[in-house]
Amino acid sequence: MSKIPLQFRHNGRDVAIFVDGGTNLLVALRELIGDMTPKFGCGQGGCGTCSVLIDGELHLSCLTLAETVAGRSIETLDGMKQGPNLHPLQRAFADHFAAQCGYCTPGMLMAAKALLDRNPSPSRDEVIEAISGNICRCTGYEPIINAILAAASGRVSA
Amino acid sequence: MLELRKDIFADERDDNLKEIGKGTQRQDMLGHVTGTSNYFNDHKLQGMLHLKVVRSTQAHARIRRIDTTEAERSAGVRRIIRGTDVPVNLNTLLSLINFGKDDEPSLAVDKVRYKGEPILAIVADSEREAFEAIAKVKVDYEPLPAVFDVEDALKPGAPVVNETYPKNAFIYHDVYDHQRLRFGDADAALASADHVLEQRYQMSPIEHAPTETNGAIAAPDTNGRYVVYTSTQALFFSVDTCAKILDVPSNTFHFIGGTVGGGFGGKVDTLTEPLAILGAMLTGRPVRYVFGREEEMQYGPPRGAERIYIKDGVMRDGRIVARKIRAYFDSGAYTRLSSYAAVKCAAHLPGPYTIPNVYGDVYCVFTNRTPATAMRGFGVTAMDFAIECQMDKLANLVGMDPMEFRILNAYRDGDMKAHRREAKNTALIECVQVAAEKAKWPIRDEFRRASSRKDGGGSRAAIPPTPTESRARPAAPAQQRTSYDRAPVTATREPPREPPPPPTTPPPPPPRPSAPSHGATRFSSVFGTRRR
Amino acid sequence: MTRHRGRGMASINYPIGMNLGGDPSQALVHSNPSGKFTVALSSIDLGQGMKSVTRQICAETLGVPVEDVYVDTADSDTGPHCMGSFASRGTHRVGNAVMAAAREARGVMMEAAAEELEVNAADLETDGRGNIHVKGAPHRSISTKDVAIAAQFKQGKTISGRGIFLVPLSNVDPETGEMSPATCYAHACLVAEVEVDDETGDVAMVRMDSAYELGRALNPRLVEQQLVGGAWMGVSHALYETPEPYYPDPVHGPRDFVEYLMPGPGDICPHDIAVLERPAPDGPFGAKGPGEMCANPVLPAVANAIFNAVGVRIDDLPITPEKVLRAIKAQGGARPQARR
Ligand code: FES
Ligand code: FES
Repeated sequence: MSKIPLQFRHNGRDVAIFVDGGTNLLVALRELIGDMTPKFGCGQGGCGTCSVLIDGELHLSCLTLAETVAGRSIETLDGMKQGPNLHPLQRAFADHFAAQCGYCTPGMLMAAKALLDRNPSPSRDEVIEAISGNICRCTGYEPIINAILAAASGRVSA
Repeated sequence: MLELRKDIFADERDDNLKEIGKGTQRQDMLGHVTGTSNYFNDHKLQGMLHLKVVRSTQAHARIRRIDTTEAERSAGVRRIIRGTDVPVNLNTLLSLINFGKDDEPSLAVDKVRYKGEPILAIVADSEREAFEAIAKVKVDYEPLPAVFDVEDALKPGAPVVNETYPKNAFIYHDVYDHQRLRFGDADAALASADHVLEQRYQMSPIEHAPTETNGAIAAPDTNGRYVVYTSTQALFFSVDTCAKILDVPSNTFHFIGGTVGGGFGGKVDTLTEPLAILGAMLTGRPVRYVFGREEEMQYGPPRGAERIYIKDGVMRDGRIVARKIRAYFDSGAYTRLSSYAAVKCAAHLPGPYTIPNVYGDVYCVFTNRTPATAMRGFGVTAMDFAIECQMDKLANLVGMDPMEFRILNAYRDGDMKAHRREAKNTALIECVQVAAEKAKWPIRDEFRRASSRKDGGGSRAAIPPTPTESRARPAAPAQQRTSYDRAPVTATREPPREPPPPPTTPPPPPPRPSAPSHGATRFSSVFGTRRR
Repeated sequence: MTRHRGRGMASINYPIGMNLGGDPSQALVHSNPSGKFTVALSSIDLGQGMKSVTRQICAETLGVPVEDVYVDTADSDTGPHCMGSFASRGTHRVGNAVMAAAREARGVMMEAAAEELEVNAADLETDGRGNIHVKGAPHRSISTKDVAIAAQFKQGKTISGRGIFLVPLSNVDPETGEMSPATCYAHACLVAEVEVDDETGDVAMVRMDSAYELGRALNPRLVEQQLVGGAWMGVSHALYETPEPYYPDPVHGPRDFVEYLMPGPGDICPHDIAVLERPAPDGPFGAKGPGEMCANPVLPAVANAIFNAVGVRIDDLPITPEKVLRAIKAQGGARPQARR
């Protein structure tokens, strides 16, 4: 099978890989780049655990053809920390015990970041809408919603 | 919002502890929010191959022929694994605790018993190539009549789902096709009750739907061992099950897991590990076997459905005098863990209430659907639904407030429970009182003053006289099959009845666990010899 | 179209640490030369917080701060035998095993400290902040770090402990079902308020109030996680979920999260919880286990609330709008019951 060369920005760094035609971005990130933060939950666009930002916009990497991100900028949870420090969203999730098994957390955090990047002070309904493509089987969503609202209003621990 | 009611039962606790009782941050939280928690699938191994299975398209059928010629030639295919390649291709999970008979192959050989049952495993360079090869496998089926309803499955003449249990029910104590609970004389009490209410309840199957699907990666390690990264929620259960199926000592495996993307009971069955390890044994390469979401939803084991009939006798003053229950667990095509849940369910009867006459029959029934397994609240969730809906109806029937009705009938310290153990450390009454208070649901003073620690025991501590029933003769243990389905199923007749034993006879000795069963002994085509 | 509100309740108990298999759990605890401790388990953390709760149990038993303990789960080469995380065994079974292991390790640690301080071990106590001192004389003190170093390099002692928690197998009487299936029971009562639309059959959750009795809440935040998430799952079971929508006819099974329904973040309701603690005599620090039982009262409470709202009894789960609507039609319209 012939491979296609592909270059894009991954959390602020340029990366270059060769992909098979038809490879999705989730597989490219996990298996070729080695960034394990986006998770496989369904491969069908149903769960959001694979959520990443492409040029600042929320996308499901399992439904994104890798080839289509050539020259674009990808953000994943792996790039969320600010140097050694946690991003306020990460701190808020911890403060609110907004993770149990933690498997939905990378996707939730990316969905939340996409929201706060474009709308720094969302309403509860806007938060709910922003994460409604992300399934969490453990928490019942309440702590996740509260964490995002707290991060938005700067109510996070140091 | 969570409030700790430290005022209640304060005299039973020492609250002077340093670490216990604190809302300390989770040890794994930092890993979760930075995405560095390591799940089984986050291990990337050099030269990893991918395993996918061919699943039955039929709910019940003989397999006439499996043609893999084209699949073998398909690009990227490294190995096709058949049932005959599995060293011990018959197992039941609870054989590890000597409960039940081996009844389930890892890969079906002659017959499939549910839609989605694995028939072949294909190991290929990529998942995509594995899927392409799967599409080229031709399986010739001879469809058989299937049964999907638990009560139909128990009728004479129903299609036999699982030949290990020819009457489509798990056999308890080598005697009964159900687990019994007998406490007092329910029939007599029902006959003299003011009201009798009989109802039917149906719990749906439930998919665990963890966000991480089941899976495992197995890789050859040094010294002939295999390292296995796994999503299991039962580590040594899985280690020992793999050792049995693959017929090697369990320390052949180094299992690593422990950080799991949700389980809820759906990651106990050890479905992916044996085949991933066998793939690694046969190819000498790391092999990954992960369920896709559709596989997880349809062929990963669900919480089984349960059908429950309850017949209660209640007096005008609200006291429940008898409860008679018949429950059917839909185990699907194989036993897995449902046999255990039925016993747990029997012990749970009649719910957290003191009822002087209780009668229960709980069946574990085989049908042609995906085998069921454990799930959060296993054996109890559905029964609680049935009992508590019934309680609401009974309260209505006698014109009582449902909270007060619960408190009136609640079990208390010192009461005798129907499984013949004294109730201790009870707190149902207090929970009802506090929930009522929180919900601003008024209850009368006498019920607000009730306590789990008062008014129990005494006459409520007695085991009531319980009529003995005629006892069936122990059924001959079903044969352990080495050739699965070829032998015609012999019709089994109802065993003759014996006269009832005199009431003074002590209960029969508990069934002795038989020697650990290790399933069908097969000459292994994998190793040429049987290894041990 | 009218939306009818109704309230329903249910109360339950739940067996903790099922013992029909008689299978025990084990734990190993040892100190590092830094005076910190590692707990080796083969038990699994599948989100319920196994690592965290056993960490607190270990720290409390050893008498050291929780930060000084690290729990390593699920490695079959290093973790001693445990069948798995199921049947509400985590807190109860594994917690007891960890407690036993920590007690043994503490014994060695106190002996080693006694040797350094030249006193009798029985006269020592821990301060929970990483120091061991003579009772009543806090200045005669040594840090656990110094004890660990002395034990390792001077005294030749391993500060370690083994723990197992085994309750002998309970046999079951075939005739009467007499058995000892579990050793303690958790309790709960939950009130659900719903709103039922009599034109669509749609049921919306309005609020929940509950009381859960859990022995001892070893970590209230973890307990809250289980109770909030578990009650959500209860609502989901009651109103949404099924892999076989026409059970027992096995058709139209969902294949993805679009077809398999669960309440989303917009479908949840406020839930006020009270936690009661009646310590279990055989639980670690009296703990029972909240993880499994928390969904159970929700299913019947919701069904009973629907009856209270519109007067129909749906005894088949899940309670879909279709079933509600058919039942309302069959009785000739909604019949709201006495408001509670
Ligand atoms: S894995 Fe992409 S949406 Fe589920
Ligand atoms: S924390 Fe487990 S899925 Fe969200």
